[in-house]
Amino acid sequence: MPTTAPAALAFADVTASDGALRRFLHGLPGVDAVGLEARAASLGTRSIKTTAKAYAIDLAISMIDLTTLEGADTPGKVRALAAKAVNPDPTDRTTPKTAAVCVYPDMVATAKAAVAGSGVKVASVATAFPAGRAALPVKLADTADAIAAGADEIDMVIDRGAFLAGRYMEVYEQIAAIKAECGDRARLKVIFETGELSTYDNIRRASWLGMMAGADFIKTSTGKVAVNATPANTLLMLEAVRDFRAQTGVQIGVKPAGGIRNTKEAIKFLVLVNETVGEDWLDNHWFRFGASSLLNDLLMQRQKLATGRYSGPDYVTVD
Amino acid sequence: MSDVTRLSVFKTYKLYVGGKFPRSESGRVYEVTDSKGKWLANAPLSSRKDARDAVVAARKAFGGWAGATAYNRGQILYRVAEMLEGRKGQFVHEVAHAEGLSKNKAAEAVEAAIDRWVWYAGWTDKIAQVVGGANPVAGPYFNLSTPEPTGVVTVVAPQDSSFLGLVSVIAPVIATGNTAVVIASEKAPLPALSLGEVLATSDLPGGVVNILSGKASEMGPHLAAHQDVNAIDLTGATDGDLARDLEVAAADNLKRVLRPRTEDFTESPGTERMTAFLETKTVWHPTGSLGASGSSY
Repeated sequence: MPTTAPAALAFADVTASDGALRRFLHGLPGVDAVGLEARAASLGTRSIKTTAKAYAIDLAISMIDLTTLEGADTPGKVRALAAKAVNPDPTDRTTPKTAAVCVYPDMVATAKAAVAGSGVKVASVATAFPAGRAALPVKLADTADAIAAGADEIDMVIDRGAFLAGRYMEVYEQIAAIKAECGDRARLKVIFETGELSTYDNIRRASWLGMMAGADFIKTSTGKVAVNATPANTLLMLEAVRDFRAQTGVQIGVKPAGGIRNTKEAIKFLVLVNETVGEDWLDNHWFRFGASSLLNDLLMQRQKLATGRYSGPDYVTVD
Repeated sequence: MSDVTRLSVFKTYKLYVGGKFPRSESGRVYEVTDSKGKWLANAPLSSRKDARDAVVAARKAFGGWAGATAYNRGQILYRVAEMLEGRKGQFVHEVAHAEGLSKNKAAEAVEAAIDRWVWYAGWTDKIAQVVGGANPVAGPYFNLSTPEPTGVVTVVAPQDSSFLGLVSVIAPVIATGNTAVVIASEKAPLPALSLGEVLATSDLPGGVVNILSGKASEMGPHLAAHQDVNAIDLTGATDGDLARDLEVAAADNLKRVLRPRTEDFTESPGTERMTAFLETKTVWHPTGSLGASGSSY
């Protein structure tokens, strides 16, 4: 991957000054909120059964960033999580691995050792997660620390305070600086915390801002606020990555996170992906779920499809 | 206006799942007739997905109900009896139609059912003394056995005794702290569906009892094979090989099974139906160091 993404060159004039950036972001078409929600709701009514459901369940499992972001995380808990990511259902070895485990920076080394050799990646939140309220040097050090410990992916949070105050250039430069720190060593996911951005227009602006600044992935939320990933805000972000690729040729990933707890909801998101951006994104390199309890529900549904019997929480691990 | 004939309002019978009154997920209903074949009402024809949802609700309610004090469970069951007493007329009416009984006979059955709730309400804080206790040991420690609820119990309610029989199978299951998924009598489900309305207004936490109407032959196999159901009462599975098939399916995760047999629900029930869905937990506990007298007290 070149250090200066072609996307950055394509938008060199837009990002040349604070004023130009503001004009560009505010010049993006407004979001039809009613239309967006109706579209997301109507795509949620698709009936996905039998073989299609089996495919969707396996795909969803392979797209999970199995996450633990608690103050009470211990090395033991992270190792247990990593073991589950590598081998989600010990009673059925055909179950796919999850895409990654997602932990705090201080747990990266533990997680890395636990998933070694399995192909499961280690993602680390960074930049003063979840609030993002720290000076840039602190955020850079946080990121460098996680990468040095072996993180394959960095989930950064944007400074919502600066964004909502209209200081877009500051947000842009911070993302670009973190991207430079990641370089070729880690893929960068940029978390907007859509629940704090108030409007769909803001989510669209944040998406473009993040993509122009070099994000490899755009991610809805931290999972720490009341409103997390919803079908509507994920659909809006999918439209943004679709338009961005049409304009620049650069493909960006999307990661809804938080609040997706069962198979039915996860499959609705996969329908959104397929209908909005198409099959190119139906791969864990381009679409992820940030989740923890979702995996157990997917495994129970998978067991039901395999055996014909309803499964129960006694037959999956407690985490 | 006074000479306009009033149109009576028909009741839409609904399921009782998780403390709510949903229609069947499948949207299906079937016609319920009285003993002479006259139409009474439409009842929901539940599908396996309704059964699945009921198990989820029962599992969710289990921790709180099993963890409630026995005294508290007794108070709530007694409250159910109080509520039933107040709606006796409705149940007498429904039982008379369902079973083709005279009003007096139906009233007797309903009164016996109310008395049965009270009887089981009294047992909640006594069963542990009867089936548990301190075991004699030859050492300075205690060894205590206590009965524990099994978990989520599927109950196939009796086909003929639409209310007394129903109460006689539900009350012992929940008295000891289990939660229940009940498949009501297929041909006489109305008293069971009305019982749901009583339970909803009796301080009984939602999900402790879930009532489904429909075919035991349709939902039974899914519930018997369900890995998150811990026991099954086959009392109403009287069709052909149904009980045997359900028992085979239930063996897969070692469910406790209560086999069907002929039963007279008017007789005193004894404790058998309660102990069928209890498991005995035995623990030892040190008494503390013994003093010079040979006693720690």
